[in-house]
Amino acid sequence: MDWMTVFQNSFTQMIGVSAIIYCLAALGLNIQFGYAGLLNFGQAGFAAIGAYAIAVTVATLGLPLLLALALAIVGAVIFALILGIPTLRLRADYLAIVTIAAAEIIRQVARSVSLNDYLGGSDGITGKYAADWYALNPFPAGIDTALIRFSKNDLWVVLNGWVVVAIVVLLTWLLMRSPWGRVLKSIREDEDAVRSLGKNVYLYKMQALTLGGVIGAFAGVIFAVAAQSVQPDNYSTTLTFFAYAVLILGGAARVFGPVVGAMIFWFLLVFVGQALNNAVKAGYISTDILRTDQVGQVQFMLVGVGLMALMIFRPQGIFGDKKELALDER
Amino acid sequence: MSDSTPSSRVQAATVKAVLESVNPTPGAPKPDPIFVGDDITRSFGGLVAVNVEHVEVQRGSITALIGPNGAGKTTFFNVITGFDPPNTGVWSFQGSSLAGTPAYKVAREGMVRTFQLTKVLNKLTVLENMRLGAQGQTGEGLFKALIPGLWRKQEQEITERALGMLDQFNLIHLKDEFAGALSGGQRKLLEMARAMMSNPTMLMLDEPMAGVNPALTQSLLEHIKELRESGITIFFVEHDMDMVRDISDWVIVMAQGSIIAEGPPNVVMRNTAVIDAYLGAHHDVALTESGESLTQPSVPLTQSEES
Repeated sequence: MDWMTVFQNSFTQMIGVSAIIYCLAALGLNIQFGYAGLLNFGQAGFAAIGAYAIAVTVATLGLPLLLALALAIVGAVIFALILGIPTLRLRADYLAIVTIAAAEIIRQVARSVSLNDYLGGSDGITGKYAADWYALNPFPAGIDTALIRFSKNDLWVVLNGWVVVAIVVLLTWLLMRSPWGRVLKSIREDEDAVRSLGKNVYLYKMQALTLGGVIGAFAGVIFAVAAQSVQPDNYSTTLTFFAYAVLILGGAARVFGPVVGAMIFWFLLVFVGQALNNAVKAGYISTDILRTDQVGQVQFMLVGVGLMALMIFRPQGIFGDKKELALDER
Repeated sequence: MSDSTPSSRVQAATVKAVLESVNPTPGAPKPDPIFVGDDITRSFGGLVAVNVEHVEVQRGSITALIGPNGAGKTTFFNVITGFDPPNTGVWSFQGSSLAGTPAYKVAREGMVRTFQLTKVLNKLTVLENMRLGAQGQTGEGLFKALIPGLWRKQEQEITERALGMLDQFNLIHLKDEFAGALSGGQRKLLEMARAMMSNPTMLMLDEPMAGVNPALTQSLLEHIKELRESGITIFFVEHDMDMVRDISDWVIVMAQGSIIAEGPPNVVMRNTAVIDAYLGAHHDVALTESGESLTQPSVPLTQSEES
């Protein structure tokens, strides 16, 4: 059994493009759910807006990437306003329902046949839409070491991706130690108390939803640039729920929670899949029990069991504080 | 407007003397009202929870709002602080109309309330709870928050004020605890101290004594009296008649949504309408022959007489 490849693939994915994408999506959710208590179940919608802004602007219209980036941000802000204006005055559950529906609407519109010419229907848009940016790649070749292996292009994406993550982490850290962050955390605890102290709760919730949404859009931007394509079905509710898993695994309302959560999540997911695959191929597991084409499903089952165990034995996540969690039970 | 401004030291004796001259009838006009409300109604379906024709609160006074359970006291509080929309009504605070004003703006105007069920922010420390109360914080803007240099000095001042306030309220030893770890009485204190951080002109307390142990009650009463001495108007809902008798200058009695009596505490508590509201109109009539009592909810009005 080829343990070297198993570990190499696992470590590569631990810091790879997927980890970055889910890390960013979870960093956005951390501001919304972790700090402000907003149940945004539509993070996939924000990511789709980011991805399609890139694809349509660069690939279809042939405009520069930086403009596409600006449009991704503007799009996410508008989406947040549309979601927030009617729902943020209501209780948290309404936002959850509206966001999950809105994200699905975006996906269905993106894959609709009538918009085929613009958005590519269910096939999405494929093209060299970041060629200029890839041309800036200073790396002469990819790397292939015992622990990690990246192609030349992936190396460039991963480097830039982690820089974006670092900036967002720094931003979160700065904000959450400020009085603004204090208001946000207070809103999570009790909106009415915050209102009674003269703070415009609605405005703060809108800011949190927008900021988290823009961060989510960056996840989509990186997804689109790294894959050089967008497919609508990559932005289904699964993306949102994985991002929540990442957030809770790392510990909500912790600055580094989503980063560590994303790394552990992808390491585990790939490790379990690769290990099972190799074990079946090497004959350690009989094909009567498990065939290689079934590994994909079993992989998620095992990771799911692992997450359940985490919730039972460490409900606060990796970084969380159990004392804080206990306060909820009073 | 008047001779007494919020910052001037209002002596308890003068407030009492001024209120002596006020005719103790429902909706009585006061010489220097800080709060005036007219025709305020709030109904839930068929139930009229609040139906107040006219009410005034004297500036610098400690005014109590009492009444049996379900009289509409808390709903009245919710309506005038913007937490609950009224069906009809206008009201003004320091001369400016507040009807239809959102709760956070009401608080900024200087009408700051606490809640019957204490609302402390569990996962924030006691000190952070206090800091939140301060108004006009530069660092509460999204973009200014990113530059600590812009708000650090103000934060320092707020922290010092918060520590001073915590010391006054005997909570200083708990400053780094999570607020969620505090006892019920301590939470009441914290909520009141936090409200004080926002420099209110009128502090509205919804049952400040509920769940507070008797030893703490005395110090809480002293705090409230001190607040009045510093010029703050206190308007509070309370069931504890001892407290109402002890500290209030004026008592407003509500029953079934309306104000049924007003006056200084000793006058109001002898008022037949009040006794009827609390005990039922037939409370001094002998039980019916069949032995059934005419039931009305029992209330602590009688407590002081028993003890």
